[in-house]
Amino acid sequence: MTMAKHKISVTINGAVREAEVESRLLLVHLIREVFRMTGTHVGCDTSHCGACTVHLDGQPVKSCTVLAVQADGAKITTVEGLEQGGKLHPVQEGFHEKHGLQCGFCTPGMLMTTSALLERNKNPSEQEIREAISGNLCRCTGYVNIIKAVQYAAEKMR
Amino acid sequence: MIPAAFDYHRPATLEEAVKLLSSHGDEGKVLSGGMSLLPMLKLRLASYAHLVDIGRIPGLDYIKEEKGTLRIGAMTRQATLERSDLIRTKYPILADAVSLIADPVVRNRGTIGGNVANGDPGNDQPAIMLAVGATLVARGPKGERSIEANKFYKGLYETALARNEILTEIRIPVPPARSGGAYAKLKRKTGDFAVAAAAVQLTLNAKGAIERVAIGLTNAALTPVEASDAAKFLTGKMPDDKTIAEASKMAATKSAPSADRRGSVEYKKEMARVLTERALRKAVQRAGGK
Repeated sequence: MTMAKHKISVTINGAVREAEVESRLLLVHLIREVFRMTGTHVGCDTSHCGACTVHLDGQPVKSCTVLAVQADGAKITTVEGLEQGGKLHPVQEGFHEKHGLQCGFCTPGMLMTTSALLERNKNPSEQEIREAISGNLCRCTGYVNIIKAVQYAAEKMR
Repeated sequence: MIPAAFDYHRPATLEEAVKLLSSHGDEGKVLSGGMSLLPMLKLRLASYAHLVDIGRIPGLDYIKEEKGTLRIGAMTRQATLERSDLIRTKYPILADAVSLIADPVVRNRGTIGGNVANGDPGNDQPAIMLAVGATLVARGPKGERSIEANKFYKGLYETALARNEILTEIRIPVPPARSGGAYAKLKRKTGDFAVAAAAVQLTLNAKGAIERVAIGLTNAALTPVEASDAAKFLTGKMPDDKTIAEASKMAATKSAPSADRRGSVEYKKEMARVLTERALRKAVQRAGGK
């Protein structure tokens, strides 16, 4: 079966990139395999674990469950885009300072979900942080230090 | 996991979308938020040669009250519903459920239209549609038609929608005074479907007796289940403990779940009873009863 390819254009971490994609190409594969930005991870591949979370027009989404072609014209931010001018984003700094990771596999998704949370809510309660990351699974930390990392970042951003 | 190959279409209007669906018949499928469809395609549990993405069609994303009706556009994201003051303050049955659907990141993409129309009995909003007596508005080649929620669900992933019809709007009557609704759900963990869940919407009369009530059950059969015997039993009665307990028992007998990792048939039926009781109590309380 020959299927038409689609010419798409996205703005990823501030840069306009074009690609010709098959309909079935997933956004996470566009990011990792076409654009060669491997900070975004593929975990469960079934929209449960959240390791693949990126911002699509400012909203965190699971990029394993979005088609690349659906992102045509959109603004995408990946974990590579959090750092600005050589300075870590406060959530990155928080994860570093508070030891918010062990193996690090979930971290890119955690950073994207929590940075979006802090855009919306400058002073989230522990409960709100826990709810926000309930679609991002971490099998190492027990979440305690992740919460501390987000609280650290929230304070930094205020 | 990669879905089988398909062609992707992104119509700019509903007319165009209906035309595309008409020309592709059984090979075509509407793509809304994609939070159920894309995993199914990836797991190869389903395959379609043509996906028709309605995500860029303007005018399908709104929540508004008009002339005694709450109107919700089918492309309204779950996250939008969750953050809506109107929903939070006036439609607690919808507010209860939305924060229990999937997880917050999935809710940024998932839509109420997809949840209502894809015909998965594990979805939460279909039972709510039954409880609130929703009207589902569909657009097809002959224009628009309205389908009552209790005539919408036909089987597993089968609804009253024809292949070339698209759900465009959900209409819910604005509840009269002394009304209350609630959704009670048991799930093993975030992101899982319900072990059992119950949706209740009711109105009390001036004396505090139940004037109108409807009960919907999630994941209780191949389609959402309306517990109409229990509703009939409740109508005209004071919602006291004994009556609520009896009605919940009646509702649970309508539940015909299958055993799986979420539990045995017996357990799920018992949970349907417990959750119906909880939802009834909360709905009565919200309606200003005791």
